[in-house]
Parts: sequence; structure tokens; C-alpha cells
Amino acid sequence: MLGQLEHRIRSLFRPRKLRGADIPHDKVTADQATTYMPLPDVVVLPMQQHIGAKCQPQVAKGDHVDVGTLVGHAEARTAADIFSSVSGTVTEIRKIFYSNGDTDVAVVVEPDGAQALDEGVKTPVITDYQSLLDAMKRSGIVGLGGAGFPTDLKLDVDFANIDYWLVNAAECEPYISSDYREMMEHPDTIMHGLTTCLDLSGVKRALLCIEEDKTEAIAFMRAHVEKDPRVKVEVLPERYPQGAGHVLVHNATGRHIPRGGHVTDAGVVLFNVTTMSMIGKFLQDGIPLTKRRITVMGDAVAHPQNVEVFIGTPIRKIMEFCGLAKDARKIIVGGPMMGYSQIDWDYPIVRQNNGLLVFSEMGMDKPRTTACIRCGACINSCPMKLYPREIQNAYRRGDAAALDRLAADLCMKCGTCSYVCPAKQPLTQATRLACDQVKAARKAAKRAAQRKGA
Amino acid sequence: MASPDAARSDADRFDASHTDQPLILFPAPQIFSSITTRRVMGTVIAALVPSLVAAIAFFGTDALLVVAVAVASSVLFEYLWCRLRKLPNTIGDLSAVVTGMLIAFNVPATLPPYMVVVGSFVAIVLVKELFGGIGHNFANPAIVARIVLSVSFPVAMTTYSAPNVVLSGVDAVSSATPLAPLAPSLAPVELLLGSHMGVLGETSALAIVAGLAILLVTRTITWHVPVTYIGAVFAFSLLAGRDPIAQILSGGLLLGAVFMATDYTTSPVTARGKVVFALGLAVITCLIRFWGNMNEGVAYSILLMNLLVPYIDAHMADVPIGVGREKRRWVPLSRSGQKGDGADA
Repeated sequence: MLGQLEHRIRSLFRPRKLRGADIPHDKVTADQATTYMPLPDVVVLPMQQHIGAKCQPQVAKGDHVDVGTLVGHAEARTAADIFSSVSGTVTEIRKIFYSNGDTDVAVVVEPDGAQALDEGVKTPVITDYQSLLDAMKRSGIVGLGGAGFPTDLKLDVDFANIDYWLVNAAECEPYISSDYREMMEHPDTIMHGLTTCLDLSGVKRALLCIEEDKTEAIAFMRAHVEKDPRVKVEVLPERYPQGAGHVLVHNATGRHIPRGGHVTDAGVVLFNVTTMSMIGKFLQDGIPLTKRRITVMGDAVAHPQNVEVFIGTPIRKIMEFCGLAKDARKIIVGGPMMGYSQIDWDYPIVRQNNGLLVFSEMGMDKPRTTACIRCGACINSCPMKLYPREIQNAYRRGDAAALDRLAADLCMKCGTCSYVCPAKQPLTQATRLACDQVKAARKAAKRAAQRKGA
Repeated sequence: MASPDAARSDADRFDASHTDQPLILFPAPQIFSSITTRRVMGTVIAALVPSLVAAIAFFGTDALLVVAVAVASSVLFEYLWCRLRKLPNTIGDLSAVVTGMLIAFNVPATLPPYMVVVGSFVAIVLVKELFGGIGHNFANPAIVARIVLSVSFPVAMTTYSAPNVVLSGVDAVSSATPLAPLAPSLAPVELLLGSHMGVLGETSALAIVAGLAILLVTRTITWHVPVTYIGAVFAFSLLAGRDPIAQILSGGLLLGAVFMATDYTTSPVTARGKVVFALGLAVITCLIRFWGNMNEGVAYSILLMNLLVPYIDAHMADVPIGVGREKRRWVPLSRSGQKGDGADA
């Protein structure tokens, strides 16, 4: 209560909202209720469905698995266990290729249709925060907005300096409406997950951050959060990329994440709204994450819709369900701004994917690049106030010092600079490469300094 | 639970042949705004049309001829340059058309066509292409063309023809620009409409303001340069005891503030930089107009400030979010690394 009052007063003196680009949302699927895809005849479970170390298969060919049976586990700290989404028989453990050229191992399961629950699945008994953390290790939940960061790790923070629990329901990517449907259909599990986390962690206030164009969701969620005075709905401007971590933290609280720092350095924790809902659902029934909602859209899709699919359903099966009206030329997994293009029809939807876009040739060619006219559009739309054009130049001439000076490591890879560029320069691509390079260099420098100090 | 029947009954619309084509692999982002360089230049041309109409209305077919010669010769010089240097042909981006129109707008309607061609040569070849083409010119090409022409052909550049429509009784045929010391004072309404002496594009304030509106509404430019420049000239005129309205409406101020000083390549990128740039323009313009020995100072002020843009950019840069106070002096920009644009056109 007091926390929310303080938040309101502080928002009066808030620094300006961060920049971005006006990108048409085209969320045509937002008003349709979620459809439910029937059990596919095969599910493919890659061993990396999260940020972090790859899991090792815990089952062998011919094994029987049930819903919630552990199929992938990694000893590394940054990893999330993978659980079977169906009951059935492991038919194959095979190699699969990511579209970036990386390879991975996948467990292929043929469902038997029984969908029997694994014996180990039971409703978690939550008494304190530590028991919540232990339970979440059995949930298979990762950041469901697209990042895929293991949720149990994200929950494992020191709450001494945390005074905001932010829920990211901005969903700023065009076309995608899966988080929106989560709010409209499961507000109670969202609130259950959120209030449990607030109770156990002791964080005094939470903000449910929604972009201002989603007026129905704002009104709907406002009615649902009324019961809990700690929770309020925060309205964000309708501007891409509101859902990016730095932007959301800044626009909701006025704080910023320091360079090289973590979101907790700003005194906040940040979770996607569907992740919150899945936490709530897991606390109720104890079934690990087995299904998720994805937005299927694109001009080649016969029936654009939000559909709940079993994790590991191949893209081809989903398109058989949704219909394919035109020759497909490009498949995008995730949103059109940050998603990656997929070139394999048999690649599955994994747990952090929130969209599947299939486009015909129209408008999907590589844009023709022309000379930079120094219009400053990239600079004036970068939410982090970076200089994408200068970063691109410095990257091309291999100037590591300049890249560090330009703070290329702050890039969130949101794609705004490439989107707005009238010359269609590959700014995001260059900045992304520069970002990884600077991050690695700063990490190495930090380690070297520590070694010297030790 | 919603019934999936609606979708499933159409599942036969899944035609496996639709999956036969190879799929495109492309890094994010997968979509792009429809704004291209050509569209930006097209918008600027559209914004110049009101002034073109006004020029033809006041100066007749002479004006049309000058514009036609300037545009045609500018495009031709760019085309020839690309052919001779075996570079990709860039006339499709329409920037040469904009330059040509601006050159025409900066000369009197009576200027002989060969002088217009000289202006186009200076702008396109000397200022733009020799420095690397679009995006690399150090100064506004049309401004340099105007300066070179007025230094080379001072008489022809100041021989203004009388407008076809004269609103007041003042005999304007022999008079120079309204800023000249002996010029008869004109009513603001004439300055506003443009029925007075001057170069093609600068006489009609209303037409330029219409162009400004087009540029602002389409978000082609921001308000910072034109509003700061004009506002500062207004303020300085008041301080210096001159008639601020006359100072703003006459001479090349509006044309320069709206179309020339807002050129992307030769103006700063950040909002702060743009304001500093426009203040500098206003100071130089007023110094030349009030105490210099020339009547007109806009062209020189834009040229001089163009040269300072790299320094303004470097010192008026935005500090990235999260860098905070660790960098007091944030100087990210250098012009050294401008080679290799990656243009694959």
C-alpha cells in the first residue's frame, strides 16, 4: 500500500520514457480464444530449451515415459531440466540442427494417447521461499516471453534490495498475442503465482506492466489485481520495445540497469506474465510445463490463431492444424523483430517460443542496402541511446577500443535500428556481433583483474 | 475449452506442396519499415512543391525553365559520375532531384541556364560526389552552389525579375532584395505570399511553411532546427532593434531553415546538437545581416555551421542508458571511419 503510494508519487517526477520505434502491432489474433491442438503423433524434445548448458538425455531408446518424466538434466547451475510433455515411448535419440548451424541432441517420443502422469508428479508443498525454489527445480519453467532463462535461477536472488516485482505483460512484438490471451483467460493463475511469490519473498509491491494499446487487458487485469493492494497495473507507452528488460525497468520504475549489471542491480525482479501464470499453475497441480500457447500468424497461414501446443510439437504438425494457404518461404519462430528464421519444418516448438510466423515470398526478401545518409534514425530510436551506425563502423574496422567506448555491450538486440534505417543497413546484425565481442572482452578483463588482485 | 473444429475442418487446406520451397534464412529483425532513402527524398520533393507552385505563379515560365535545367543537369551529372567512375547508379534515390530543385530555388528566375548548369556541377560533382556521394558531403551541395554562383556571377545572381502579381503600388522592378538598405519597405502580407523580389524559392513564406508542415507531419525532420533557427533570429532582431517580422519573412531565412539547414548529412543527429547548430546559424546570420557588408547571411551561416557539425555531434552526443555518470565527456563520434558503407546497391 505504502509502496504503491510511493511509486505513484515518484512517477510524477519520472525521467522521460525511453525511445523506440512505432511499429504496427497487427495483433489480429488477440481477440480469438485460444484453440487447443490435439496430441501430435510425435514430439521432439531438444536438450536445449533454455539459456545455459545443454541437458543430457536421461532416457534411452525404447523407454516408456509419462507426462512429467525427466528426460533431460544438466549438472551445470545455469540449466533447466526438461520433462516429457506426453506419455509414450522414446523412439529415437537423434541429432538436430539449429538454423544457426549449431547441433543438439533431441529425445523423440511417440505418444500413446494415455497422457498418464509420472509418479513423481505431486502438488508441491510450499512453506517458505526455499521450498518454493526447490519446487521450481521440478517445474521445467523458463522465461516464457522468449528469453528462456531458467525461472528457478531467476527466483534465487537476494531480496534485501529488491522493492519491485515487475511482471512483463508488454508484449511489444508485432503479431504476437499469446501473453495477452494468458491475461484474458487465466488472470487467476497469474495472481496466484504472483501473490505466492510476493508472500514468500517479502517484496512489498508488484507492477503488472501492459502497453497502453491493450486497453481491454488493462481494464480486465485492474479488476483482478484490486484484491491485492500490493499489486498495480502500470501502463506503458505503445512503442517498441517496451518489453525489453532495460526499457521496461526504466519506463515502469524510472531506474536503470547499470552497464554490465543485472536487473536486480536496479532493485527489481522481472518476470514474463505467462511465466508468472505457469508458476501459479505449477503450484496448484505440480505438473511441469508441458504445453504452451503460441501465436500462429503470417500471410501464408490459413487460420491465424493462438493455439496451445504440446512442447516439442514439430512446426509441420502445427501448420497442418492451422492450415497453410500459400507457398511458405520464411518461418519465424518468435516475434518478427527478435525471432529467428527456421529452415526445418520438422523442428519443434520449444518452451520459450511464443510465436510461429509463416510468410510467403511477399515482403520477405532481403532489403536492398544503400549508403547511409546520416539521418540519425538509428541513434534517435535506440532505446539505449546507443550509436548503431558508429558501432557498425567500428566493428567493421575491428576497433575494439571504440566498441568499448561506444558501450556496444548495452545492446539488447531489439532490432529497432535495422527496422527504422531508410538505407536498410544491417545495423542490428553488426551491433549484435559487437555486443557479444565487447561483453566477452569485458568479462575477460574483469577476470584478469581479479586474478591480479588475488 | 474452445472447439478446435473450426480450424480442423479446414485442415485439408494444408497443402503439403506449400512446404516444398526452400526456406529463407535471415537474421532478426525480420521486418523493416517502408521508409527508404528514395521515400525520404520523395517526401522532401513533395514538401518543395508548394514553393515551386508559388515560384511559377510569381515568376512565370522563367522559373519553370530554371527548375527544369537545374534538376535535369543535377541528375545528369550524378548519372555521368556514376558511369565514369563505374559506380552503382544512384540517381534512383532522388537526392539529385532534391539538390537540383534547391539550386533552382536559390537563384533568380532570370539566371541564364548555363550558370544554372555550373551550379549543378559545383553541387553534385564538387561537393557531393568527390567526397563519396550521398551521406558523405561535408556541406549542403545547394548552399555551396548558391555561394559559388553569387561570387562568380554577382550581377546575374542579384538581377531579380518583377513578380507577375504585384500587390502593392511599389515599383519593385529595380529594387534588390527587401533586405537591401535602400529597398522599399514591403507589407508583411507581400512577404508572406511572396510577390516580391528574390530568388525563386525564398519569396513565398506561406509556401515554405506548407512545406515545413509536410516535413514535420511525415516526421521527415524534427522541429529543432527550423524552430530554433527562426525563433533565435526573431529574438536577436528584437535585441538589435530591427523589425523581427521582416527579418524572418524576407531573404533566404525560411528557405534555409526549413530545407537547407535540415539536410540529414550536414546537420547534427541529436536533438541537443540540432539546437546548438540552429543557434549558431542564427548568430552568424544576424551578424552578417546587421553588421556585415552583405544583405544576406543565411547561405554563409549554413556553410559555416555545416563545417562544425562533426564537432557538435561529438560534444552534444547522447549518453547511453546505464553508462550514467561514469562518462562525463561522452565523445562517441568520429568521422574517420566513414569508408566502407557496405552499400551493395
